[in-house]
Amino acid sequence: MTKISRRGFFKLAGGATAALTQAPALVAHAAPAPAPAAHAGAALFFNPDEMRWIEAATERLIPEDDNGPGARAAGVPVYIDRQLAGAWGAGERLYRSGPWQPGEASQGYQLPFTPAELFRNALRGAREELQGRKEGSFETLPGARQDAYLESLQNGKQDLHGVPAHVFFESLLALTIEGYFSDPVYGGNKDMASWKMIGFPGAYASFYDLVDQHGVAYTRAPISMSDNGAGVIHLHPVSTQHSGKRGT
Amino acid sequence: MATKLAEVDAVLIGVGLVGTMLGRELTRAGLKVVGLERGRPQFTVPDFQGPQMHDELRYSVRKGLMQDNTKEAVTFRNRADQVALPIRRWESFLPGTGLGGAAVHWNGQTYRFQDSDFRMRSVTTQRYGARFADPELTIQDWGVTAADMEPHYDRFEYLLGVSGLAGNIGGKKIAGGNPFEDARRRGYPTPPMKEPYGSALFRKAAAREGYHPFPQPSSNLSQPYTNPEGMQLSTCMFCGYCERYACEHYAKSSPQTILLPVLLKDPNFTLRTQAQVLRINLSKDKRHATGVTYVDAAGREFEQPAKLVVLGSFALNNVRMLLLSGIGTPYDPRSGQGTVGRNYAYQTMSSVQVFFDEKTNINPFMRSGACGTVIADFVGDNFDHGPHKFIGGAYVGEVMTNGRPIEFHPTPPGTPAWGGKWKSAVVRHYNHTSVLNVHGSSMAHRANYLDLDPTYKDAWGLPLLRMTFDFPANDLRMSAYVTGKAVEIGRAMGARQVNGAGRKGPYTVTQYQTTHNTGGTVMGADRNTSVVNRYLQSWDVSNLFVIGASNFPQNASYNPTDTVGALAYMAAEAIVKRYLKSPGPMVQA
Repeated sequence: MTKISRRGFFKLAGGATAALTQAPALVAHAAPAPAPAAHAGAALFFNPDEMRWIEAATERLIPEDDNGPGARAAGVPVYIDRQLAGAWGAGERLYRSGPWQPGEASQGYQLPFTPAELFRNALRGAREELQGRKEGSFETLPGARQDAYLESLQNGKQDLHGVPAHVFFESLLALTIEGYFSDPVYGGNKDMASWKMIGFPGAYASFYDLVDQHGVAYTRAPISMSDNGAGVIHLHPVSTQHSGKRGT
Repeated sequence: MATKLAEVDAVLIGVGLVGTMLGRELTRAGLKVVGLERGRPQFTVPDFQGPQMHDELRYSVRKGLMQDNTKEAVTFRNRADQVALPIRRWESFLPGTGLGGAAVHWNGQTYRFQDSDFRMRSVTTQRYGARFADPELTIQDWGVTAADMEPHYDRFEYLLGVSGLAGNIGGKKIAGGNPFEDARRRGYPTPPMKEPYGSALFRKAAAREGYHPFPQPSSNLSQPYTNPEGMQLSTCMFCGYCERYACEHYAKSSPQTILLPVLLKDPNFTLRTQAQVLRINLSKDKRHATGVTYVDAAGREFEQPAKLVVLGSFALNNVRMLLLSGIGTPYDPRSGQGTVGRNYAYQTMSSVQVFFDEKTNINPFMRSGACGTVIADFVGDNFDHGPHKFIGGAYVGEVMTNGRPIEFHPTPPGTPAWGGKWKSAVVRHYNHTSVLNVHGSSMAHRANYLDLDPTYKDAWGLPLLRMTFDFPANDLRMSAYVTGKAVEIGRAMGARQVNGAGRKGPYTVTQYQTTHNTGGTVMGADRNTSVVNRYLQSWDVSNLFVIGASNFPQNASYNPTDTVGALAYMAAEAIVKRYLKSPGPMVQA
């Protein structure tokens, strides 16, 4: 078990969990340009300040490098904005009846916040925390200082308007990974860049002819769900499907 | 005020795998049957089609096919001295919903339990003595043997069209199959699946280590198949979207592909979806079920009288329905008395990451839900437990199901959780990592049980089910031992690095492990320690049958679905051949 996956709103899944207790090494990075909030004008949920914070933070979580684009170029901030603006942000599939108690780590998320409320409160708290330290705003800090602040959230218990810092960090990281690797129809993973980077083929429907070609180097370009069904094999015409009576 | 409907011969609570099978058997026997399914109607066309089905975010991460826990959740605590709190999002286990139930989104891993599983208490005592097992473990015999189950396993596997290689046909061992399996009357309906690369590496390494690898039996089919009901299934395409997804290809055995269309044509059958059953109604003396009360999607309440009630919902919901209906005596962990909710068990899971060099393309996305290679050398009682301080076991296998990257982006231990080093490690290892599963048994324990929560309610104002569970020390010892063996096999696969450890406590609901929740309406020969008899007939209410993994007295090393299906056919046969001719208790308590 890892610290990071215990209390998070958004589950960090898969093989990454074994590594999650490790803090990233502190390496001096060039400060990211305090770019104008490229997507703020189109944001559905975040205000411009919040969007600048999210753009800067997600880019530190998944930075641009020789492997491929970072979170910002991949559209991760747009993804997070849309998720929080929609049903998910409002608490879809989240049991929301009280009474509210903190409980044990093994009992999972027990805060009354919806994802949208959690982000809004935590972002306000994070901004105030840095202002209180006279450090200015997160998005204008040098990269290494940004990393150090994100680590302080990752490992911290400070209260961000009711949201424990580490819970906010886990939620931010999970949403960032989702946005980076999910189908581009959700607003992130622009041009399927992350799939190209790791070699994931996306929404193909068949590898029947390749699965027993052991170790084959798979080089075909990925496809998205939005690619008009390309690569999807329909083995049965619709007309052969039985239409049973449904209900009386 | 409920609208009272006309009485029918039988009502099914839940139209998933069990409900569909019982519906078919009972209508075929001439009964008028109503099936009540709480979820939506859903079919291969149009509901399961690509490319929309290939949406990792919607189905894997947001759990699109699962029970909506804004309406129905489960509360959880590790120990009875804690306050149970709602599982506000599903993670550890994922109850399905909708027509076809969890058999829509399952992986199709289709194993028979062994005779030593069905006779767990007897075999343990005979082989190791009465004092060997931890006295806190409430393991017991099922009241059936593997030989009793064989015809029902056989029939169910031919309904599914399972792809596999038999290891023991009529006592004759077959090379390449599972040498530990009990005798089966004939081979699998279809040959084994193609073997993916990582599985082949595992097979060779396991054989070199002296183990007995065999192809995982699969209900994703290796070739086209027509089952005895006339349903046609197609070949699995290894698309990598199986578990948590519905199959677009008619290649995964599910109610929609093996039976439901036949049932829906039967004029004796009526399906009502979005019908939420609130309780089973009883006669005044509580010895006879008179039908059920349900609410439709618009909130209208109905009473459906029936001569026979079949409770075939998900294991946890079977237990809850009995508790909500006041049927049987709830289990009390202090006294050990009572049976409903007793012997809740799970599965003890761990995994081993096997990191290869960059020349080894594992291609994890070319997979199906059940296409790997496993060994049974450490399953159940297939090895001598004498030197070890535990009972039970696990199968080990390279049974990867996908390379979907939100869930699967393995990095070696020591890698940061984010930043440039994390990103580089993901790129380096994504296509060069294999994962071994250690799929272990779960022993019933006196302190683990299910009851009704005193505080939290569902959308209809009824108490949620409360789960009290932690891993018995026995199971953690088992997991540590078998996982150690899996690490050795991983090293023998030619890996650069291997990472894995046995399951650790406490049990947490924040991490996916498995949806193999078992027990709570246990079957058995003694009504003091079971809820249903060997025909799955309620000891308390003889015209009620309770069917599902909730019948398991403890959970075995293997996946449960083959046994659930076999139990369903066994119960159906008993109802049709015996009960209907002479309604009443089939076993005298």
